[in-house]
Amino acid sequence: MSQEGALAATGIGHGFAGARVLDDIELRVPKGEVLAILGPSGTGKTTLLHILGGLLVPDAGHVERPFERPAYVFQDPLLLPWRTARGNVAFGLAGKRLTRGDRLARARSMLVKVGLGHSEAGLYPHQLSGGMKKRVALARALAVEPDLLLLDEAFSALDVGLSREMQQLVRLDAQEREVTVVLVTHDLSEAVRLADQAVVLSGRPGRIVARLAIERPARLRDDAFVEAEIRRIAAIETIRDAFRPTLSI
Amino acid sequence: MANTPWRRLVGGGERRWAALGLAVVVALWEVGHRVYGDFVLPSPLSTLAALGRIAASGDLWPAVVTTARDALSGFLGATLVGTLLGGIAGRSMPVRAMLQPIATMLIGVPAIAWVVLSLLWFGGSGLAATFSVSVAAGPVVFAAATQGTRTVDGGLRTMARAFRVPLGAMVADVYLPHVLSYLLPALGTVLAMSWKVAVMAELLSGAGGIGDGLAAARAEVDTAKTMAWVIVVVVLLLVVDRLVIEPVRRHFETWRRGLPGEAA
Repeated sequence: MSQEGALAATGIGHGFAGARVLDDIELRVPKGEVLAILGPSGTGKTTLLHILGGLLVPDAGHVERPFERPAYVFQDPLLLPWRTARGNVAFGLAGKRLTRGDRLARARSMLVKVGLGHSEAGLYPHQLSGGMKKRVALARALAVEPDLLLLDEAFSALDVGLSREMQQLVRLDAQEREVTVVLVTHDLSEAVRLADQAVVLSGRPGRIVARLAIERPARLRDDAFVEAEIRRIAAIETIRDAFRPTLSI
Repeated sequence: MANTPWRRLVGGGERRWAALGLAVVVALWEVGHRVYGDFVLPSPLSTLAALGRIAASGDLWPAVVTTARDALSGFLGATLVGTLLGGIAGRSMPVRAMLQPIATMLIGVPAIAWVVLSLLWFGGSGLAATFSVSVAAGPVVFAAATQGTRTVDGGLRTMARAFRVPLGAMVADVYLPHVLSYLLPALGTVLAMSWKVAVMAELLSGAGGIGDGLAAARAEVDTAKTMAWVIVVVVLLLVVDRLVIEPVRRHFETWRRGLPGEAA
């Protein structure tokens, strides 16, 4: 069962100030695969992501994390307000053995990849739109050439076209370098486009109520497949139940 | 825009009002002189003349150098120690709990008491002034640094930790820019305080400097000379503030929104 380099969590439980947030979480993501964590808000998705990434030590359970270069895109962009877009991307590389010039050059080329050109690279966060900030945060994460990439609603502030482009970018990058990816989302289509497997969290404390596998290779998933798959998944009883409070408006 | 030739002649908006304020003070000074006479309030002109006499006698420059040395060495000491301890206290609850009451206590001690104590401890050497300035200014810097360090955005700290950023970059890129927004206003205040305490210490120690000059002027009952020395202190303070503090402030705050010359 144990493969080399898999991200594995066993028996994870966690609480904040006495309130249980997560209970009995079992997960494993083989190296180079993409896991999506789905679920309505308030079910501990972000907490689970932080535990998987090692930013939070769980009250119970154990995480196996055989990675050296983790990178995150947080729900808030969390850019340094006193650094330009370029400086913020370079900041993610601060721990690397690179000269300042190399760092800035890498930052610049990564910003171009997320569609931010020379003129935007020199702007401070307060001069950027919400979607631009999100893309700077994504560039910062990709610039470190991570072996574990953790994405928390990374594509949510972007319009449809742009969010598809960024998803594509992450997918290609992950495939090329065998990056293990965990993404938190409430958008089913995002999960269906990118993930190899998905778990659905629900309830308080959050538990895994459903596990899905999306077999077709991500590069072969066209719009028709995504649509059909969403319909298939949305029809599953446990998933409908999990989302019911948010669906029945 | 009413851009009349008259306006162009007098200069830009803010500077014009500043000049007007200064002119009002000088005018009131002149009026006071006419009412109370030479002994109580010498005229601005005779004060300038006294300043000229001090300069001509060769006393001015050594006094300025001595006072600058006393004030700035004390200021530097206060800044270094205050920032370092404040930074540590901002991150560590036990250190904060231990140092904060001490800082509050030190702030409560009148500056003149430090002057007297340091004269007893260090005698008439220049060290007395430096020590007085440091110990009077240090706690203020400490308080600002503590508050600044405590209020650094937790999200940014988490982000830096997530990217495994080394300590040096953490301090320089996450902490320092934020702490400076607390520290720089405090440093401006503390710098002004440094001159005052330095002059006070010199006045009592008699080891040279502007304070010593003031003591001499007082002994000679020369009001014009006294006021001339006061002007020297004020000008020194303004020059250092404009030349050092202001450019530093400008440099570190380019990222803030709504700076002049910026749209958003």
